[in-house]
Amino acid sequence: MKIVIVDESPIRSLILQEGLRDAGFTQVERIDEMHNLLKQIYAIDPDVILIDLENPSRDTLEQMFQVSRAVRRPIAMFVDQSDTASIQASVDAGVSAYIVDGLKKERIKSILDLCISRFEAFSKLRDDLERAKSDLAERKTIERAKGILMKAKSLSEEEAYKLMRGAAMRENKKIIEIARSVITAAEMFK
Amino acid sequence: MTGEAQVKIGFIPLVDAAALFIATHKGFAAAQGLDVELIREVSWANIRDKLAIGRFDAAHLLAPMAVASTLGLGHVRVPLAAPINLAMNGNAIAVSTALYAELTAVGEVGEPAQSARALAKVVARRQVERREPLTFGMTFPFSMHNYQLRYWMAEGGVDPDDDLRLIALPPPYMVENLARGQLDGFCVGAPWSSVAVDAGVGVILHFGCEIFKRAPEKVLALRESVADDDPDLVAALIRAVYKGAAYVDEPQNLEEVSRILSGPEYVGVDAEIIRRVLTGRLRVNGQETRERNDYLIIGEAGAMRPDPRQAEWIYAQMLRWRQTRYSPAMADKAKGVLRPDLFDAAVGGAHNQREIAAFAGPSFDSGSYGEYLAGFAIGQRL
Repeated sequence: MKIVIVDESPIRSLILQEGLRDAGFTQVERIDEMHNLLKQIYAIDPDVILIDLENPSRDTLEQMFQVSRAVRRPIAMFVDQSDTASIQASVDAGVSAYIVDGLKKERIKSILDLCISRFEAFSKLRDDLERAKSDLAERKTIERAKGILMKAKSLSEEEAYKLMRGAAMRENKKIIEIARSVITAAEMFK
Repeated sequence: MTGEAQVKIGFIPLVDAAALFIATHKGFAAAQGLDVELIREVSWANIRDKLAIGRFDAAHLLAPMAVASTLGLGHVRVPLAAPINLAMNGNAIAVSTALYAELTAVGEVGEPAQSARALAKVVARRQVERREPLTFGMTFPFSMHNYQLRYWMAEGGVDPDDDLRLIALPPPYMVENLARGQLDGFCVGAPWSSVAVDAGVGVILHFGCEIFKRAPEKVLALRESVADDDPDLVAALIRAVYKGAAYVDEPQNLEEVSRILSGPEYVGVDAEIIRRVLTGRLRVNGQETRERNDYLIIGEAGAMRPDPRQAEWIYAQMLRWRQTRYSPAMADKAKGVLRPDLFDAAVGGAHNQREIAAFAGPSFDSGSYGEYLAGFAIGQRL
């Protein structure tokens, strides 16, 4: 079975590709160039097309639903009239699947489920990364505020930190907020 | 509906959603007790899906798509209700400068009937010369753009399914594809044909209103179940959009509306381009400007009220282009999508919609599908 992934995110499609390979689907190709999308799809002639919902080319794919004389094999979106849960799950995960007519539903269902879980895994990864980035930024801010206090009040590093922590506890704020105030105030006194 | 109602509304960044943008931005929605969150989307398919599963309470939607969703064409069947039109018209057909030269070499192109005949000559010559068939872009199979293009070329004798290629493309890609020679023409909403003209790669052949005088372009769509179960919410939405549309239509608000719409959270293009679109004054090529006050109709009395005859006419276009087969039950369902009853209950009636009026071909009377479709040389008949 040939599967095409239409996704501009290289990392996410790599994660998905890997998952599909592990599940035994070896013929997986990725399209990241949206110009001439249809031509590329015709050339690959896939059985299943997976596309991320942030991709504006989804409407181009939808056109392939239309039984047009230009299309060799009609494509349909993988939806089951009775299965709203799977539509919800895929929309929320941010992915949509299209299949050529005549494929067995059960086989597609397992691909879509895998796809949803990989998309969710990618979102989590991205969130973790964002968090790690902001943690790092916060640590840098606290370091900077500490430096300002050490210099202004001739404190040791530990004393400077304790001073901020004390202020945070008294004012019921986070230490990062106190650190930001210190930096702002220092800039105003410049 | 009690207290402030939270309403999530999906939209595509286009000028024809102006009534919705202004209703939210100027507080007309808040005055109706609505806390509206507008959510920008990248594809009509996404809007349809999120409306279907309840992630959106309402949406800016292609009028034919509301009918398609209700009939279950191309997707699961989700009955929708459109209680107010957001805009009539607003599209334009543009061709590459190369195709424009070919067309004008074989005939007049000033009127749609003339340009369609010229197109037929060009298509025939290309077939003889064994050149690649022409490719035209439109935004979605269930869109006025698709029906405008098809109607126009078929009048000249070009079969849009056999004689050339029609492909769906996201509007922002159209201009680039035209410049690269991958498209020979397109029909798209504002401001994209103007962008092609300004870039020197395209010429506007016709405004959408030259093909169909008054075509329902975009509607505000809700799930039918919501429309029927929460009449207060629907009435509040209709009133908010109605006021927004009236504000857009007021000439003294033109500068302000253009400025608001140009914001990145709405359409995100230059205010000057939006101003030209709202006034219907478009540059059609390097030298000429064409002006029509019905290029895009928002807020005019009679234009906002949904008309079931228009839904029937849309269903007739679907039949003509083999997007579905005829059944009396489907015809009834299609007709029921546009809901003047909800509109009248919210803002009062007496505003009758005028005819769609195509530039050529048979006129359409309610229910007369067989007769209407038999009046065309090209397309499915009953």
